[in-house]
Amino acid sequence: MTEHVVVVRAAAPPEARRRTRGGLALLRPWVVPGVLLGLYEAYARRAVALGSEALAPPSAALKALAAAATDGSLWQATGFTLGTAALGLLLGAVLGASLGITLGLSRRAARLSMLSIEVLRPVPSVALIPLAMLMFGFGLRMELGIVAFATFWPMLILVQSAVQQVEPRLLEVSRVLGLSTRERAWKIVLPAIVPRLFVALRLGVAVALVVAVTVEIAANPNGMGYAMMIAQQSFDPALMLGWLGWIGVVGFVINGAMLRLQRVVARRMGAVL
Amino acid sequence: MNRSSIERSRERLVDWLGSTAVLAALVALWWAASSAGWVSRVFLPTPQATLASLAEGLNLSGSGNGELLAFTLATVSRMLLGWLLASLFGVLLGAAIGVSPAVRAWVQPTLEFIRPLPASALLPLAISIFGLNPAMVLFVVAFGAMWPVLLATVHGFAAVEPRLAEVARCLQMSRAAFVWKIGLPNAMPDILAGMRLSMTISLIVAVVGEMIASQSGLGQAILLAARAFRASELFAGIALLGLIGFTSNALLTLAEKKLLRWQQP
Repeated sequence: MTEHVVVVRAAAPPEARRRTRGGLALLRPWVVPGVLLGLYEAYARRAVALGSEALAPPSAALKALAAAATDGSLWQATGFTLGTAALGLLLGAVLGASLGITLGLSRRAARLSMLSIEVLRPVPSVALIPLAMLMFGFGLRMELGIVAFATFWPMLILVQSAVQQVEPRLLEVSRVLGLSTRERAWKIVLPAIVPRLFVALRLGVAVALVVAVTVEIAANPNGMGYAMMIAQQSFDPALMLGWLGWIGVVGFVINGAMLRLQRVVARRMGAVL
Repeated sequence: MNRSSIERSRERLVDWLGSTAVLAALVALWWAASSAGWVSRVFLPTPQATLASLAEGLNLSGSGNGELLAFTLATVSRMLLGWLLASLFGVLLGAAIGVSPAVRAWVQPTLEFIRPLPASALLPLAISIFGLNPAMVLFVVAFGAMWPVLLATVHGFAAVEPRLAEVARCLQMSRAAFVWKIGLPNAMPDILAGMRLSMTISLIVAVVGEMIASQSGLGQAILLAARAFRASELFAGIALLGLIGFTSNALLTLAEKKLLRWQQP
């Protein structure tokens, strides 16, 4: 009985210490941004009081963002950007992954197409903005095309290298079983590359978001990027800053979710990365 | 031995010929599609027209205006200057943050939050602070391209083998000596990879900046060409941008191989 009490008492202090340390560690990431935002708030308030039209304190940005959320423009623009990025990624990923599987399975096809890929791949995606404007006009399709182009190359390269690293014995088994090429791709290769496919997809999501916002800033009059440009052009620094912060939060949340998804898939599939 | 090397070089020649043939076939397809009018000429010029625009813009025959050449130089210098600034500040800041585990623990979450932010999203903010001028574009190029280098440097410093840090302590190395002799060489592969990514970002942000802020360069040139429906000039500009991307990437890969030779066993 007494022994039991002693054990409990002895165990209690480190437990408590760990909890406070855990609390501190939870707080720590917020300290630096908090201090920076606080300094900026004070600086911007003074600048506004002195008559600056270019700066706005973060508190005003938050207010402007809340107003955009209540009148629905926030959700509409966010939905457009995310939807277009997702569709473009889907297009780029399907095309890139299918070509990547083909080139990964056939060394000869990979060698034959190497030069063409090396010539086309370095074209920066934003260079296609004017071309897409000519072909599709403004709107959904031009942004889709550019996002698909931008995500096509990393998907192609990563999937091709993933297929080339598939355990050779699996391919031997498929040959022994007499599977056709299509059956081999669907039944052996695709399941074997799923963990790496998700790594490629995570990268693709990051690229798609950045490219979608960039296209909206440069040309396409839709979505979050355009909303930010319009706020700047109509001298509404609070709303512009609000959009900038919102774009940052959306990107951070989506990238974090993709990282988590990739890890879950890797654990489920017993990945050898 | 001799025979197999001959065979190998012949194989390489066949590969090279084959992949050139595939590229030629793609160009032929482009030629057929544009001259037969399968795709509207408004946005798909013939390869000959594109080449003619390139020759005229680059003043190859001596009779052109050389406009594209000036634009290319403007874009390349913007990209290179921004990239150099980004690399310099990225490595300096990264070393300052990465050398101390305490600073790393406090600052890294903030860095990770800013990382996914598109560099071009800073353009509106920079325009409203600095106005429309070349320095503003250069600032955004450098700032946007700095993150990959910065994060790679921090990561490279964080991954220093603990025993090396112990050795440095035993030798009573100063912090500067530790950074110079252990930290930087250890972070070098990461830094070079970061610098490659940052070169791509500088080209993209330079082009977007030229488009939005109307600074002379290839970005503005292709936007104006598209607005005026001059497809052959648009394609010439896109080809030049592709060439810039290809060349810069190839040069960096070469430099990386040379600089990291000590790593290979």
